Amino acid sequence: MRDLARPRRPWDRTPPADREYFDVLGPGLVALLPGRRPDESAGGGWRPPTGGAWLHVDPQGNAIAFTGKAEVGQGTRAALTVVVSDGLRVSPDRVDLVMGDTDLCPWDMGTFGSRSMPDAAPALGSVAGGARTALIGLAAERTGRPTSELDAEDGEVRLRDGGGAISYGDLVRDRNRLVTVAALESWVPTPKGRSPPAFPPKPGADIVTGARVYGSDLHPSGLLYGALLHPPAYGARLASVDLTAVERLADVTIVRDGSFVGVVAPTLRAARAAVGEIRATWDRTNQPDEDSIEGYLRAHPMEGDFWDQEEDTAGDVDAAYGRAPVTIAQTYRTAFIAHVPLETRSAVAEWDGPRLTVWVGTQTPFRARDTIAEGLGLTPEQVRVIVPPTGAGFGGKHGGDLGIAAARLARAAHRPVRLAYSREEEFRFAYFRPMSVIDVRAGTDREGRLVAWAFHNINGGSAALLAPYRVTDRRVDNELSLSPLPQGSYRALAATANNFARETAIDELARAAGVDPLAMRRMNLDDDRLRAVLDRAVERADWHRWSRVPGRGHGLAVGLEKDSRVATVAEITVSEDGRVRLDRLVTAFEAGAIVHPENLRSQVEGATTMGIGGALFEAVRFEAGSVKNPHLAQYRVPRFSDLPELVVELVDRPDLPPSGAGETPMIAVAPAIGNAICDATGTRVRRLPLTPDGRIPGPDSR
Amino acid sequence: MTEIELRVNGSLRTVATQPDRSLLAVLREDLRLTGTKYGCGEGECGSCTVLLDGEAVRSCQVSVSEVGSRSVTTVEGLAKDGRLNPVQQAFVELGSFQCGYCTPGMVVRATALLRSNPMPSREEIRRGLEGNLCRCCGYAGILRAIERAVELAQGARRDL
Ligand code: FES
Ligand code: FES
Repeated sequence: MRDLARPRRPWDRTPPADREYFDVLGPGLVALLPGRRPDESAGGGWRPPTGGAWLHVDPQGNAIAFTGKAEVGQGTRAALTVVVSDGLRVSPDRVDLVMGDTDLCPWDMGTFGSRSMPDAAPALGSVAGGARTALIGLAAERTGRPTSELDAEDGEVRLRDGGGAISYGDLVRDRNRLVTVAALESWVPTPKGRSPPAFPPKPGADIVTGARVYGSDLHPSGLLYGALLHPPAYGARLASVDLTAVERLADVTIVRDGSFVGVVAPTLRAARAAVGEIRATWDRTNQPDEDSIEGYLRAHPMEGDFWDQEEDTAGDVDAAYGRAPVTIAQTYRTAFIAHVPLETRSAVAEWDGPRLTVWVGTQTPFRARDTIAEGLGLTPEQVRVIVPPTGAGFGGKHGGDLGIAAARLARAAHRPVRLAYSREEEFRFAYFRPMSVIDVRAGTDREGRLVAWAFHNINGGSAALLAPYRVTDRRVDNELSLSPLPQGSYRALAATANNFARETAIDELARAAGVDPLAMRRMNLDDDRLRAVLDRAVERADWHRWSRVPGRGHGLAVGLEKDSRVATVAEITVSEDGRVRLDRLVTAFEAGAIVHPENLRSQVEGATTMGIGGALFEAVRFEAGSVKNPHLAQYRVPRFSDLPELVVELVDRPDLPPSGAGETPMIAVAPAIGNAICDATGTRVRRLPLTPDGRIPGPDSR
Repeated sequence: MTEIELRVNGSLRTVATQPDRSLLAVLREDLRLTGTKYGCGEGECGSCTVLLDGEAVRSCQVSVSEVGSRSVTTVEGLAKDGRLNPVQQAFVELGSFQCGYCTPGMVVRATALLRSNPMPSREEIRRGLEGNLCRCCGYAGILRAIERAVELAQGARRDL
């Protein structure tokens, strides 16, 4: 990426006319899509605010586009580059994308909830298409021909009659032209027949040679290392602190501000050793243990209304349940799990007079900027957050707390400071995917048609709460609890829990009604796209030709979240002593138009494989508010030996805008495996992880 | 502080350090060779894998004073004259990374594997890389890349 000068003020906080685009980017053409506040949405209904987008074309004919989304390892950059190149009609190797820099990029809510493509593709498609139109306009001025006789293709504007072409670079030379463009409602790739979008050059030479500089690799000159004093348990408060031993150390700066205690030293080890010398006492609060946690969550609902709540009630579910000839009433549970990004959280802070730059691998750079400004008593204009290449987030890298801490330490040390969590800190002091408890009461008629569906989710969140099944008498809702452990965003968090409960319950109903689980789903599904995905998965898996062998089982599950659809078939072998080996996972997935097939396939493969961890063995163990397994040797994540044969079927819908692909592929994995376990052994496990100690649990703890 | 001489990627480097610091810390902090990653510091993830006299080791588990006269090869030292080695080339060709943070460790480990066993079976690759974690869980793609690297190395009769 080009090195760009820092604007006087962040562009998202400067009126468009006052942004010094051409000072920073040089002469050329800028296409600007203004932002939109939520109340400005036309036609009623809340739409998320956006910060718009902008794009610059320079006299060499290269384009640089700006989006507030961050790339934290999910491959958005490649797909968005295709969008820009497709709209502008230039080869993708001429497109540069600036992401997640709060001084230069349009404001954005954050990179989560599979919103990257749905938000950024239309925004970047708008500026790219708008710039193309403006370039055609410039060519019309230059040639005196009407725009109807001009076409843009491959970085130049051509006369349709073959009478020559002018390159984009020539058209914008010596100009400082700003055009405002209108927003596209949605973006779909150029229909086949025109030039199909090309793919950006293969990235990654910098990755395989170790040259890519991640946040934890940054080394501004004069860098020092920070470390923090942490509480021994969640909810513990600092009662007293004795710093005398540390104050004697040479080269160590100590910062104490209320309950914040941190040190700065020339090496990371010296910083950690200095923290080890601090004597502190803590007041601990009572925290529930694993045994009492379910009762605790049930007894501690959060009061009031929350955004993460949904409800869908119709008919009289209690009466319908009472009448139904086939019923189940069960509770399903999912554990707290950890994100475990391979790069632990880190931040580097550097002051330049009153202005602060923080490099932090955050999924929400603008929110992080505002939190950092607030935390340090600065204006947002004084703070620049840059998202460097980041070793993944999975929902775990929201906000800017580490940035605030690093900035405080840097201010005291008068030098740039890096703060990076150790793996143990990452386990202990991050937040987790919430634990959930889900009560289901449901019934069918004798043929397996759903007639009653009561689904109540405690603490698991609302995404994918509503069933994709047709049922007249229903009550579906969720509540949130006061968690005994810090909980927060996680890749597909609620959808995983809701889908596990729902798709397990559907299987239980099918068994109880004596109906084939596939027929049961086909009969009740209320979504044609999902049915099509299910059909693809079972066809690929040869579901009907499965031959029953003792110890082997297969199971299936479907899921719909954020307009993406998935169906998964799991095939397993269970050993005599209850160990589960996953032989094959067949996944069919549809997320609208496919923009970048290679990237999409790798997202689907990665998500399903990651789903195996939460399905089979991942769980944060805790006691009295502290984590009992804060090491990779104790908290198992999927390894090579866990990898089954993966079959991925991508269903392309070029007529539909692309929806998110980072989350949905994983949500059918756990129930498919659980259903396969039941198929193989007759044992129903209603709790994630399914094999907490490496085996299918005994009757008491299912 | 002790002065320690290290042979890293073919050149001799001298560092003044406490001798019990890990090789990983010295590579990253003192020599600024940040291609070798910290993932756990506990020998559990393989992100910090380097070659010591050609043998793949976890640099977080080796103190800098233990290295002695052995030559250290980090991920930065695998490409020769700007030419990627077959493993690196295969990862790029197949795009076998998402965040890419595990990739240097994977590439180094796979390079060592193919040097000692140029025609590994799929099972041998899986076993050889069992100690390297990819939290983006791109194992399927990584496996394909290493199988592709075997082809590339064979086809070009290239050394790793
Ligand atoms: S950092 Fe050395 S094995 Fe994880
Ligand atoms: S690509 Fe992210 S950890 Fe492997």
